[in-house]
Amino acid sequence: MAYSEKVLEHFKNPRNVGTLDKSKKTVGTGLVGAPECGDVMRLQIEVDEATGKISDAKFKTFGCGSAIASSSLATEWLKGKSVDEAMTIDNMDIVEELALPPVKIHCSVLAEDAIKSAIKDYQDKNTVLAEAVVAEEVK
Amino acid sequence: MSQRLIYLDNNATTPVDPRVVDTMIPYFYDKPGNAASRSHPFGWMAEEAVDYAREQVANLIDVDPKEIIFTSGATEADNLALKGVFEMYRRKGNHIITAKTEHKAVIDACQKIEKLGGEVTYLDVKDDGLIDLDELEKAITDKTILVSIMWANNETGVIQPMKEIGAICEKHGVLLMSDATQAVGKVPVHPKEVGIHLMAFTAHKMYGPKGVGALFVNRKKPRVKVTAQMDGGGHERGMRSGTLNVPGIVGFGKAAELAKKEMAQDAERVSKLRDRLEQSLVDRLEEVYVNGNPNSRMPHVANISFKHVEGEGLMMTFNQNIALSSGSACTSASLEPSYVLIAMGLGDDLAHSSLRFSLGRFTTDEEIDFTIDAIANGVNHMRDLSPIWEMYKEGVDLESVEWSEH
Repeated sequence: MAYSEKVLEHFKNPRNVGTLDKSKKTVGTGLVGAPECGDVMRLQIEVDEATGKISDAKFKTFGCGSAIASSSLATEWLKGKSVDEAMTIDNMDIVEELALPPVKIHCSVLAEDAIKSAIKDYQDKNTVLAEAVVAEEVK
Repeated sequence: MSQRLIYLDNNATTPVDPRVVDTMIPYFYDKPGNAASRSHPFGWMAEEAVDYAREQVANLIDVDPKEIIFTSGATEADNLALKGVFEMYRRKGNHIITAKTEHKAVIDACQKIEKLGGEVTYLDVKDDGLIDLDELEKAITDKTILVSIMWANNETGVIQPMKEIGAICEKHGVLLMSDATQAVGKVPVHPKEVGIHLMAFTAHKMYGPKGVGALFVNRKKPRVKVTAQMDGGGHERGMRSGTLNVPGIVGFGKAAELAKKEMAQDAERVSKLRDRLEQSLVDRLEEVYVNGNPNSRMPHVANISFKHVEGEGLMMTFNQNIALSSGSACTSASLEPSYVLIAMGLGDDLAHSSLRFSLGRFTTDEEIDFTIDAIANGVNHMRDLSPIWEMYKEGVDLESVEWSEH
């Protein structure tokens, strides 16, 4: 199976490979997939509290070329978006942009799951904190 | 290093030796006869050429030329042996024993036989890829007509203990068939010495052309017969109808002759290259696992897992320059990793992380040097990208992580 130019380009020059400090409350981490399935993606976002926009995104992926390209593309798209905007990224957008064949659609689904999972982690951290603050104020 | 593509996928198919090509060429135009045409010189020439090739092939495996049935390849030979024996000996019994690591041509033919009323036992293999001889003996019943065990595995190169298997079959009066596709022409294979009654093999894994294979069928003590699976002109002693592929058979014969002559020196040279490739990768990288019994293995095959690196992704780092195969699911549409490695007890993660290197007659020292560097760099690159490698390095117990299976 031949890969599209865009997959090859992302595979050769993956954007935003790396690790953010997951203990920071401004960082949300999504870890999806399983080694047994041959795909694991870890995608992280950092949200600028002043603007509410995603200021940084990083990934690491264990998987085939399409999985790596999908997560690399996702981090590119995430930067500069608000959390709400990021929630609207659809796996089919990734399929279209990378020209993924049908057998590789699961890679894009995994990337969408990773985005949603990272956002949820960020929101969970901050909701809990917000509730704690409210509880503090009520006292 | 030139930009020539390095071919390390000789278990998929081998290049045709130029000496083989030379012998084939006259049989396309100058000598176009049908070997079954008995009434003119074109037919006689073709028949003579086929007879000669039959001798060359028979010589390689030390059997009588009359015991060679030419087919379109090993898949057809496997099908003919299994289904043909099942049909021929069904009155005696309906049970066949094979192993989980067999080639699909055997496994799928057995599954078809099950649909036709046969019973098939698929033996497990041990972690090193070898079958358990006690398990084999225990599986034999009074309904068993055939045991089918491959000589050497296509993915790992593991060689089964054919002699011991032959002795067990002999003791219980059961026919023994072997898919020897990966072994013939590369290591000494003598079916009669070990008590094999039927054996499938093919030209294109031993530097011959594609589209021609053979089934060895034992003629004496016992005389074995298979029911033809294709109806037609009754060629090949009634066991395989269809006009013979004369140029292909001529090439097969030449390939067999060359293999007999050069096998020992090829094997010695190639096993040194293989061992160097394996040892260098083990020395240069962490968490490298060589799959399959190292003491009972084909000389030219290395199946290696690089932990926490996905095989297909890894291949993408070098597949512009090096051709080989992976046990990763991503190379197949099924999303299942190699069933051979899984049967050997490898976890799915290590199966996904495996590469199969199969060297050959034309593999050079320089190519192996280049390959060692390319693989080591590729593994390091992929590990830099791998979240599970990072977790492993941080000491996270990956077994305890709750993965979201998908």
